[in-house]
Amino acid sequence: MSASTVPADNSFQFSQLWRDARYRSYTIQIIALVVVLSVVMMLISNAVENLEALGKDFNFGFLSEPAGYDIGQMLVEYSAASAHWKAALVGLLNTLLVALLACVSATVLGVFAGILRLSNNWVVSRLMAVYIEGVRNVPLLLQILAWYAVFIHVLPTPKQALKAPVIEGAVYATNRGFYVPGLTLSNGYLFVVGALLASVAGIFVFRKWARKRQEETGQILPLGLISLGLLIVPAALVYFAVGMPIALDYPIAGRFNLQGGLKVGTPLIALWFALSIYSGAFIAEIVRAGIMAISKGQSEAASALGLRPNRTMSLVVLPQALRIIIPPMISNYLNITKNSSLAIAVGYMDLTGTLGGITLNQTGREMECMLLLMATYLVISLSISGVMNAYNESVKLKGR
Amino acid sequence: MSDNSVAFVATSDKPQLPAPQGTTGAVGWVRQNLFSSSLNTVLTLLSIFVVFSVVPGIVDWAFVKSVWNANSLDECRQISDGACWAVVRERYNQFLFGFYPTELYWRPILAFVLLFVALVPALWDNMPGRGKALIFSMAYPFVAFYLIWGGFGGLEYVSSSQLGGLLLTMIIGVAGISFSLPIGIILALSRSSNLPIVKSLAVIFIEFIRGVPLITLLFVAHVLLNYFLPKGVNFDIVLRVVIMVTLFASAYMAEVIRGGLAALPKGQYEAADALGLGYWQSMRLIILPQALKISIPGIVNTFIGLFKDTTLVLIIGLMDPLGLVAPTLGDQRWNGIVVELYAFIAFMFFIFCFAMSRYSMYLERKLHTGHR
Repeated sequence: MSASTVPADNSFQFSQLWRDARYRSYTIQIIALVVVLSVVMMLISNAVENLEALGKDFNFGFLSEPAGYDIGQMLVEYSAASAHWKAALVGLLNTLLVALLACVSATVLGVFAGILRLSNNWVVSRLMAVYIEGVRNVPLLLQILAWYAVFIHVLPTPKQALKAPVIEGAVYATNRGFYVPGLTLSNGYLFVVGALLASVAGIFVFRKWARKRQEETGQILPLGLISLGLLIVPAALVYFAVGMPIALDYPIAGRFNLQGGLKVGTPLIALWFALSIYSGAFIAEIVRAGIMAISKGQSEAASALGLRPNRTMSLVVLPQALRIIIPPMISNYLNITKNSSLAIAVGYMDLTGTLGGITLNQTGREMECMLLLMATYLVISLSISGVMNAYNESVKLKGR
Repeated sequence: MSDNSVAFVATSDKPQLPAPQGTTGAVGWVRQNLFSSSLNTVLTLLSIFVVFSVVPGIVDWAFVKSVWNANSLDECRQISDGACWAVVRERYNQFLFGFYPTELYWRPILAFVLLFVALVPALWDNMPGRGKALIFSMAYPFVAFYLIWGGFGGLEYVSSSQLGGLLLTMIIGVAGISFSLPIGIILALSRSSNLPIVKSLAVIFIEFIRGVPLITLLFVAHVLLNYFLPKGVNFDIVLRVVIMVTLFASAYMAEVIRGGLAALPKGQYEAADALGLGYWQSMRLIILPQALKISIPGIVNTFIGLFKDTTLVLIIGLMDPLGLVAPTLGDQRWNGIVVELYAFIAFMFFIFCFAMSRYSMYLERKLHTGHR
């Protein structure tokens, strides 16, 4: 190659900003930043101007004013005289409660449905296909409303339910909600809870030790039984030693209604049902895809090594399938949490119903309420995905 | 060795015996598929029990005993205790068009027919004269906008408050689908680009949208958007909802397409560079066709999700099919007829969503060229 005859021109020319790859990326980025920032600035200045014109200010002082409305279902003490922030807290806890319940039941349902969908049994797999396709292709909001209508119209009134209990004296299903035995806590219950927590920690330590022992000596302990014992025995001992501080509170038949016990309102039940059944179908598809992605050679190789079928499943197939299942599962759990905001359609007072619903309408502070609402959901979403991603990272293939 | 030591030598194959009874035909299939083990037998019997206890009741209710001609729920119930489809018969115009003026129904119908004309070149890839036809597909959203709202050039103006039913669902769904794909592609390219500022802007946008429920975004469109616009500027509520739904879907779309971009082998990017293609050329000719092909299932799933999510507009007071349930129940004559209405609407959504998912499966099979 001969040297270039054109002398290199090192002086900077304006057209280089666009034509030269060295500078072009800066140009594009600065333009993008300027455009985005100016749009944001415009929106903010509009908002400030409009708020001023309406004579509204921007502060969160309203949160400590009394809320003045009742909430049907709550996990912490709350009354109409409590502050708005307390109402929002009740809402947040309600959101988390239904999300947690739905995540657990949807996972159980989904895993069963996904495995049965893969079954060789023609009838069973067809039946599961009908369930999955039927549920996945119908809007969730419709399902929530439909379940709510079913519970309202089909279940008996409390008065009728007294005559036809699900379990005499303990469980009653009425169109106002389900009555189940609740817990009454008296002095010293914290000791029992503490013992339980200590047991869980103990089980972790024990499992770690057992694994180390197995790797060194090859001996396998009956892990499940010992863990179960560790979980129950200390807590039971403490329970009786402190004097039985936790008792069951059964619903009692009043003249027209049921009293005592734990009332789980119809909105919560309908929402929980609909969310579990809807998300269960999605999880079933995830599980099916995960299991199908593991090649048959893996389980054949495991049995060639002499592993029994259950060990093949737990040591070879599941760990690999889980790796495929976890990422979509994370986004599914996130979806459940976000979809729980549809609670507002059936009057379950979750975060959207309290902070974004009644509080917003009563105080007229749209901007503050919506900001808080979105920020809270964002924090929930990001923390769920953070935790789950960390777990995903820990089971991922190492050494690449 | 003499021949006498062998008593018998076969000179030809013996005729083959039939397979053992019970391994072929219907009986064999049933044995292998339904009763191969005790667990399987239990499952089969259980499922058959479920099917037989549920299906006849539903068929009876929905078809055999159903009532199509009645003026009120009471009348229905007097005739039989089956489904009272008379409500659907009486109000199907409302479920299709909302409160659109009856004499103008031809406009949404024409828009709906043109939708298929516009879809043909987009879905049928070796259509003769596709290039020109695609121009119409691009122009379709504006044609439909004009047809439905009108207001100038001889068409009477129809306000958004009169829109409803399946028409509203289709407007939000089609607009969301057709705009969220291009925006999603741009967001995905930004997020996987190597320009840090562009990338972080895309990340912030996508994670924010994906972190909040759609309903809060609709609330923003409903109560908050006016604050952010200059004084005097006011969007139509349907337009606001369409914008929010589009933004929401495009964030999910971006993640799906980013997955496709990441799944492409690095060699494809390097080969495009080696050919001397610029960024946009390599994206358009090499990367995107392959990445989009990989992400088809996810893209269609996002479409289906968007279509189902259009029902959320009922919470901010728009009259989509689900939103029309309340006014129907408010009518004295139809008070209490919930199951039939929900079943009808569910069926309507099922048809659209199921068709979309089948089409994506077909596309996946067709584009699956063997290597992967």
